[in-house]
Amino acid sequence: MRDDPKERAALGRAAGTGPAGDIVRRRADFPILARTVNDRPLVYLDNGATSQKPQCVIDVETHYYEHLNANVHRGVHRLSQEATDAYEGARDTAREFLNAVQREEIVFVRGTTEAINLVANSFGARFRAGDEVLITGMEHHSNIVPWQLACERSGAVLKVVPVDDRGELDIEAFGTLLSPRTRIVALTHVSNALGTINPVRELIARAHARGVPVLLDGAQAVPHVAIDVQALDCDFYAFSGHKLYGPTGTGVLYGRRALLEAMPPWQGGGDMIRQVSFAHTTYNDLPYKFEAGTPNIAGAIALAEAMRYVREVGFDAIAAHEHALLRDATERAQAFPGLRLIGTAREKAAILSFVLEDVHAHDVGSILDHEGVAVRTGHHCAMPLMERFGVAATVRASFALYNTHEDVAALFAALEKVPEVFGDA
Amino acid sequence: MPELRDLYQELIIDHGRRPRNYGVLADANHQAEGFNPLCGDRIRLFVKTREGVIEDVHFEGTGCAISTASASLMSEALKGRTEAEARALFDGFHALVTGHEGAAGAGPPLGKLEVLAGVAEFPARVKCATLAWHTLVAALHDQHTPVTTERDEQPGTEPAATGRTADG
Repeated sequence: MRDDPKERAALGRAAGTGPAGDIVRRRADFPILARTVNDRPLVYLDNGATSQKPQCVIDVETHYYEHLNANVHRGVHRLSQEATDAYEGARDTAREFLNAVQREEIVFVRGTTEAINLVANSFGARFRAGDEVLITGMEHHSNIVPWQLACERSGAVLKVVPVDDRGELDIEAFGTLLSPRTRIVALTHVSNALGTINPVRELIARAHARGVPVLLDGAQAVPHVAIDVQALDCDFYAFSGHKLYGPTGTGVLYGRRALLEAMPPWQGGGDMIRQVSFAHTTYNDLPYKFEAGTPNIAGAIALAEAMRYVREVGFDAIAAHEHALLRDATERAQAFPGLRLIGTAREKAAILSFVLEDVHAHDVGSILDHEGVAVRTGHHCAMPLMERFGVAATVRASFALYNTHEDVAALFAALEKVPEVFGDA
Repeated sequence: MPELRDLYQELIIDHGRRPRNYGVLADANHQAEGFNPLCGDRIRLFVKTREGVIEDVHFEGTGCAISTASASLMSEALKGRTEAEARALFDGFHALVTGHEGAAGAGPPLGKLEVLAGVAEFPARVKCATLAWHTLVAALHDQHTPVTTERDEQPGTEPAATGRTADG
């Protein structure tokens, strides 16, 4: 079997990574990066939206359908057992990846959005009128709207921690807004629109001092920093697989066991039950209580491969490389005429959000696309934050481990085309 | 490969920079709001009609060069037209920017609006070019909920505005 993914993964490991310089070789692991756009090499800088997938992840997903496909937790037959072992093995990998205490604390979901909806619906089922949910002004819509819905159902009130001009949270206000009625704090670990890395440890400690549990939206954090839920001491951690070099439609909700156990099921169906009768149904143990229906089995297994892959590359190497790219891009941005950076926090992940004077972000996006440079333009599903900065839309370049300084140079070379098209008048 | 100049013609840059008929129209008898949730473009359109004839059109809002230029060119193109003529013009314009020109059959001449033909090669920008027009239809129907252009996202789909009489 020439294309055995395990063998390939082993070869990858043997090649090693070591210092940050070696990371450049990793680019070859991502087949899509070889394609062209408008006859130009693809410069993919929309990693905040979704990252590309390494060959090993693609192979694992393909291998599953070619050799293992069966439903999990059901059949007595061989394939079902092998599929179940692989799926539960993925859960062990996820536990290790997050350094959770127990595998029962790992719930597979469709992505960050579903993870947060699960908590807002299930944990939020106990909200009462006058309770408070504390979020921040830099949340993605997926960490705003589920809480608004929970508040509408219960009469709870949504409170919002303001953001300063740099794009950092107002920590003083956070302290003031934490009240005896606060039932949960839900905040982003890393801002998708600004790149701000929030001081989550400090904020969690302050919330815990008041007995308030904390959910972290880790969608933009997991590709860039090693996550240790025990060290963070967070109560829930949500992230998507597809931003972590894994498949779309995958994700993880970590939840502290005691909290998950006390929470009612969210969705009902197969797999989440122990015994069903029309009079009474009892629910399955964790984590199955929260995994109704046939899960994305192939996706979970491929996500586990993505986790193995990034750990093998190493978060130290990834962080060093991405910070060098961000520094390079920030310096070029500061020297670019008429460019205004949106989000200049002291601690930032590899996200560069900006606007150009007199030219709308969408026009910039089309011009960059024409040059083969893929960026995100728009409000980044963070409309309240855009309003805070007085812009309708920004251009966002977001970097991944496979990006290079040539990509940064290509971005700014493409930006030079904007005044050419729009003139200097 | 489509060229950027096909999209960003001088006339578009000019109308994007210096939109005509920009601002509130105090004696408008129809108005509507258009919103493009994907990119945040917003437009408020003011239309003054008398006995079924469009006498004046103004707009204000924020948007990219394509949506601003399209609104500006539309505001010029509509003056003196009947509401039925305006709808026929939208049909022709929609066919133009979605690359379905042949399918629309013989419509009214599009004149300066032809400058937006390059949009057809940039499917992601169709919704920018049609926002003002969808908003016009809403205004003429006195529709008070803001219209969106989400369905124009996919090339080849039917226009989203309510009240289309032709290919809707």
